[in-house]
Amino acid sequence: MKLFLSSCFSKPWVRALFALVLIFAVGCIFNADGAFGRWSTHRDMLRQVSVYGILACGMTLVIITGGIDLAVGSVLGFSAVLFAMLSIHLGLPLLAVLPIVLGAGVACGLVSGTLVTRWRFQPFVATLSMMVFARGLAKWLSGGQKISSAVQQPDGSYSYVDLPPIFDWLDARLLGGNISAVTLVFIGCLVITWFVLCKLRYGRYLYATGGNEAAARLSGVPTVGARLLAYGMGGFFSAVAGICQTVQERQGDPESGVSYELTAIAIAVIGGNSLTGGRGGIGLTLMGALTIGYLEKILSINAVPESGRLMLTGVIIIAAVLLQRRKEA
Amino acid sequence: MHEIEGFVEPAALAPSVKLTGIGKSFGAHRVLDDVSMDLFPGEVHVLAGENGAGKSTLIKILAGIHTDYDGMVMVGGKPTRFNNPHDASHSGISVIHQEMSLVESMSVAENIFLGHEPSRGPLLDRSQLTRRAFDLCAQLDLAFTAADLDRNVEEFSLAIKNRIEIAKALSLDARVIVMDEPTSALNSTEVERLFVLIESLRARGCAIVYISHKMEEIYRIADRITVLRDGRLVGTAPRAGCPQPVLLRWMIGRDLDGFAPPRAAPPESAVPALSVKDFTVPPSSPGRPPRVHKASFTVRAGEIVGLAGLQGSGASELLQGLFGAYGPVCEGTVSLAGNAACKPASPHDAIARGVALLTGDRKGTGLILDLSVQDNLTLAALPRLSDHGLVDKKRERNIAVKNVSDFGIRVHSIEQPVSALSGGNQQKVVLAKWMNTGPRVLLMEEPTRGIDIGAKHEIYEMINEWTARGVAILMLSTEMPEVLRLCDRILVMHRGEITAGFSRAEADPEKILAVAMGASTV
Ligand SMILES: Nc1ncnc2c1ncn2[C@@H]1O[C@H](COP(=O)(O)OP(=O)(O)OP(=O)(O)O)[C@@H](O)[C@H]1O
Ligand SMILES: [Mg+2]
Repeated sequence: MKLFLSSCFSKPWVRALFALVLIFAVGCIFNADGAFGRWSTHRDMLRQVSVYGILACGMTLVIITGGIDLAVGSVLGFSAVLFAMLSIHLGLPLLAVLPIVLGAGVACGLVSGTLVTRWRFQPFVATLSMMVFARGLAKWLSGGQKISSAVQQPDGSYSYVDLPPIFDWLDARLLGGNISAVTLVFIGCLVITWFVLCKLRYGRYLYATGGNEAAARLSGVPTVGARLLAYGMGGFFSAVAGICQTVQERQGDPESGVSYELTAIAIAVIGGNSLTGGRGGIGLTLMGALTIGYLEKILSINAVPESGRLMLTGVIIIAAVLLQRRKEA
Repeated sequence: MHEIEGFVEPAALAPSVKLTGIGKSFGAHRVLDDVSMDLFPGEVHVLAGENGAGKSTLIKILAGIHTDYDGMVMVGGKPTRFNNPHDASHSGISVIHQEMSLVESMSVAENIFLGHEPSRGPLLDRSQLTRRAFDLCAQLDLAFTAADLDRNVEEFSLAIKNRIEIAKALSLDARVIVMDEPTSALNSTEVERLFVLIESLRARGCAIVYISHKMEEIYRIADRITVLRDGRLVGTAPRAGCPQPVLLRWMIGRDLDGFAPPRAAPPESAVPALSVKDFTVPPSSPGRPPRVHKASFTVRAGEIVGLAGLQGSGASELLQGLFGAYGPVCEGTVSLAGNAACKPASPHDAIARGVALLTGDRKGTGLILDLSVQDNLTLAALPRLSDHGLVDKKRERNIAVKNVSDFGIRVHSIEQPVSALSGGNQQKVVLAKWMNTGPRVLLMEEPTRGIDIGAKHEIYEMINEWTARGVAILMLSTEMPEVLRLCDRILVMHRGEITAGFSRAEADPEKILAVAMGASTV
């Protein structure tokens, strides 16, 4: 029995699941007078964690190649502003807006990726500069204003335009009000990431590049292409997250997404993706997202003040990572 | 267990280390069971056994790397349990592992004293560090200047790194020195030097544990031999009590049947598979001589050509250059199977053209240790195994399963990370990985590095099959018997140039060595 348990615990997903179950159990105990038993609590948790989860999908790809992407939060902000301007202020049709916004996100990712691959910047440094740059871009584009349905006229007065229908679709609850549309978007992103990692040849190349770049290159793996794919997808998911964020806030805020990259990294790491690269998977990220989501939710339904919440979250990240640590190298 | 009659243990001495009833499991797999062994001061104790028998695992227990084991370790008569490698080295046990364990990005001197730096209070004593490192290197015939000691370890060849590891062991004043396949990438001169060194360590009263698959070495230096099979102790005997047939039977569990017959050379008329003309690999930094200078030769289909040369002769660089590992910087022409000349541009291209390169450093450039056995086996062949970018999982699995049985790779499951395989089994994975790409030209460095004697002969048989199918092989090996047995022709390199060629009939180790060291005529 002991043997069986120890061999199970050597699998990262078992440990990630263990952390999730533990948090769930805590929720069942501190259930805030049965609030934890209601589906709406879980539905809201899923909605709140979705944007972070979408970012974490891209983060997972980048982390598997042995990199890190600090720019996702800023690219989210930039995409949010761009999306709001194009769809609300300019009133462009969705079919025009989506490719532009998603393309801009991918472009940001590819710039980071090019810095890393062609110019051999450390991923931390390359994406740190992209993080600052994209935030600046968001502020410049929006003139520092939130982009909402209120449009300022040359004379200083405000007129109001209608929000395009996507704002209602994506902010809706579906399946009899049981699940939020953004959660479905998150699930879609999980599926895309899973497909890339597990089905595509390039998915294997991501692992190989992160595991041992020299060996991968000598095995004919296009390591540059693999890295570009990871950062490009990271940018893509940031743009998706930016759209979801805009829709939920009903405006494009140049300040949105600040420090979201840290939550996305926390999700990936709590799930058990290794920051040294070459190891991990999207299932782990999903469990990490649920763990973080439940943690936040349990703390908030029990009305733990923010100071306590932050400290507890920090402690729990450490605990989860300790749990993840492999016993023998 | 075999007891050899008439062997008297050096009873006057107490054993430096005594291992009793050692057992070890990884998950549900028992890889060592009830192994006992003692080491006396001043003896060279050879530890032998097939790939995956548990030799390295036993050593890692002694080195404090695996801390979760059954049985007892006694050091100097006292039961001891090491919690980490630091403990072990402070008890005078020092290990040179099968896979190098130096910190590549630190200097030679820092590596030698890593973990026990000379210091004054909390401060590192740099001058003493350099001085003592210098003394140690001088003892080992390493002609290092103070500037060399400050260079990073990554700048040195495998042979030098090997001696740096030994210097590290000496710096600890170790009573027990364990060497896990130390000669797997050393040439014959370097091996001789190592043996002289071992002799002097033995005279100083060190106990030496020596792991090797090379019979000549075992019989040259062993005082006693211990054999493991499938994680169990088969027996311990003094060298005289364990002649080679006995040793092989102990290792394999049966008599080794006849070796593969030597191959017949391909006919002169065979088409050239690889023709190289004036191939030049530029220097790594400007101002140095080119790594390879105007090499011209051909390898015919079905032929095996050996490259001989000392470290720095350019032989390894020639292989890398032909494979495109340096990118499109090389000059000269390379043509494959009579096709129009092309320039090797990248490994990716080379593989697509049917060229494969098995590098000499399986941990650094051969394998992706975190990935599973299956993923490693198919990595280089993925373009052939996928359709519109989608991997055909079923075919991939079938190929991996077939590789495991063809090459006799000992695994618990093909999903296991390749890092959990024994050294020799990892090497078999690298070989199988390259054969999966369906090469027409196979470039190899140390193809049988760390592979046990039985498996080695199976691999020689497979090489015979490949060449019979028309695969051309260009290989580099420091193991002279292997070169002489396999190769139809041998090209010798010196300072980046091909200086001589021998047919199999003309070749003899002394002549080859003389040319490799720079003699102009033989
Ligand atoms: N970290 C690990 N996890 C699981 N199994 C392992 C691990 N390390 C070693 N093993 C298994 O233990 C067995 C013994 O391996 P070991 O490395 O000791 O062999 P070895 O005798 O040194 O072989 P070689 O001659 O090939 O180096 C092998 O079957 C190997 O797969
Ligand atoms: Mg070994």
